[in-house]
Amino acid sequence: MDWQAFEVSMSLALLTCLSLLPIGLAIAYFLAKSNFVGRGFVEAIITLPLVLPPTVLGYFLLVGMDSNSFLGGLFVSVTGQSLAFSFVGLWFASIIYSLPFAVQPMLRSLESIAPEIREAAWCSGLSKWKTFFKVELPLAWPGIITAMVLSFSHTLGEFGVVLMIGGNIAGETRTLSIAIYDSVVSFEHQQAQSMSLILLAIALVTITTVYTFNRKQSRVAAL
Amino acid sequence: MLKVTLQQIRPTVLDVELNCEKGEVLALVGPSGAGKSTVLRCIAGLQSPQQGVISCKGHTWFDSDAKVKQTPQQRRVGMVFQNYALFPHLTVLDNIKLALDVDKSLHDEQSEQLLEQVNLSGLEQRYPHQLSGGQQQRVAIARALARQPEVLLLDEPFSAVDKVTRRKLYMELNTLRRQLDMPVILVTHDLDEAAMLADSLCVIHQGATLQQGSPEDVLFRPDNVAIARQVDARNVFSGQLIEHGNTLKLKWYEHLIDVAMTFGFSAGQHVHWTLSPSKVLLHQRVRKSRGEHENPLEGRICEMVSLRGITTLILNVGHTDSVSLQMDLPEHVAMRNDLKIGETISVSLLANAIHLMSE
Repeated sequence: MDWQAFEVSMSLALLTCLSLLPIGLAIAYFLAKSNFVGRGFVEAIITLPLVLPPTVLGYFLLVGMDSNSFLGGLFVSVTGQSLAFSFVGLWFASIIYSLPFAVQPMLRSLESIAPEIREAAWCSGLSKWKTFFKVELPLAWPGIITAMVLSFSHTLGEFGVVLMIGGNIAGETRTLSIAIYDSVVSFEHQQAQSMSLILLAIALVTITTVYTFNRKQSRVAAL
Repeated sequence: MLKVTLQQIRPTVLDVELNCEKGEVLALVGPSGAGKSTVLRCIAGLQSPQQGVISCKGHTWFDSDAKVKQTPQQRRVGMVFQNYALFPHLTVLDNIKLALDVDKSLHDEQSEQLLEQVNLSGLEQRYPHQLSGGQQQRVAIARALARQPEVLLLDEPFSAVDKVTRRKLYMELNTLRRQLDMPVILVTHDLDEAAMLADSLCVIHQGATLQQGSPEDVLFRPDNVAIARQVDARNVFSGQLIEHGNTLKLKWYEHLIDVAMTFGFSAGQHVHWTLSPSKVLLHQRVRKSRGEHENPLEGRICEMVSLRGITTLILNVGHTDSVSLQMDLPEHVAMRNDLKIGETISVSLLANAIHLMSE
């Protein structure tokens, strides 16, 4: 069992999931409120990581993180380190590929709030911020929980993109899924099995939590 | 006092002028899609018209020329939405507390008073989904009043409840309104509801206000035939005024009818006229007319319907069957006179209830 890879995987998944809370919420809120001409295109861009082969996404991210590119160059000039093949680069990539898993559930739950509820809050004297925190956020909570759990478990399980832009640096970019692959190719089946079982258990627990929570919520909503 | 003038061409046409005094209930009536709710949303600040002025208690909430546009939060409106729009994740008490002013030390006392005012004491800890439609409406009213609003807006507040509850809520609203000293605007498409609850009616059609006045005026003395059709006047006919001695009489087919109010009309003028079905009186059959009856007329009963103690008759009068006059009479009168379809009866059209309208 590669505990170092386990630690990298957990840190990456946790950081990605926490970063996606404000980022995903801001994007979902903006999309839920606006109806501009290019909305379909923006939604498509956000959803793209769902349908794109991980190698294709990984390739573009790698190009974007190259020291000669704008983003990669900026990172080098600020930190003196390369963005590609670093934990920060992996974190950035995880935010991109887990974005649809965060935005979609948040968007659906924000869109399901009847406009009159929001208007009733304004007519009750609540500012737009207060309306968001006291009314919209609590009502969108099931969607937010789903988004967090899905982006956490998806980041934990991602393989292709991680391999493309993170490589396999122990303690830095070597995640559990990479470690499983390594174990298999070097015929260490026992190690691969224990790590796979850990990922399986985490995935099962998180998804069961989401389904149970959502079913409970929809039962309350139907009353 | 609330004063509203709104003009708009797009996306929907608006040409609205209405006033509502403090303590007055003004019903905005019209068919679905007439623009009633749009007017209410403009008053609440949820929508802005292209042009107009909205002022309440001396405060200007909206003025397109002076570029004044206050937000709903700044306007102090109490709004009851059609489906009540209660916050589903909050208890009854918290729904009300959220709308109360910032001084939290008074919240418990104020919310208790409001709950008592709308007869909801004891249900503080319930969630909206645990309440009946009538209870939800009461919470919505209490929440609207929590802000101590300068105007109370009710958007079809009875449409989401059943008929039995509705009647109960009419009574409650009637009691509550006596305690309120603010303008109240009630949007409804139900004329009976409007006439029962409101001090004045404002008829709106295709975004334009057509007439504002007391229920009696609007329902029985509409300004023109278009309004008469909007308020579902059941007897609307055409005729011509002719000079008869020193007075003007209404010639309607072969009948010459006395009309009490002919001011503003002249001989020879073609007019529309209307008469409430309750102002058509049945003559007793045992006492034959000796010519002293007011505007006597004979007609054949071609339809007869009874509902809640009122019998409505459709009479064919004149030579053709195409002219139908409706009359309402108490059910016991219809029974006592043994009225039957196909019979010919004699009735009077009350001269002072006949209302003339220019063509």
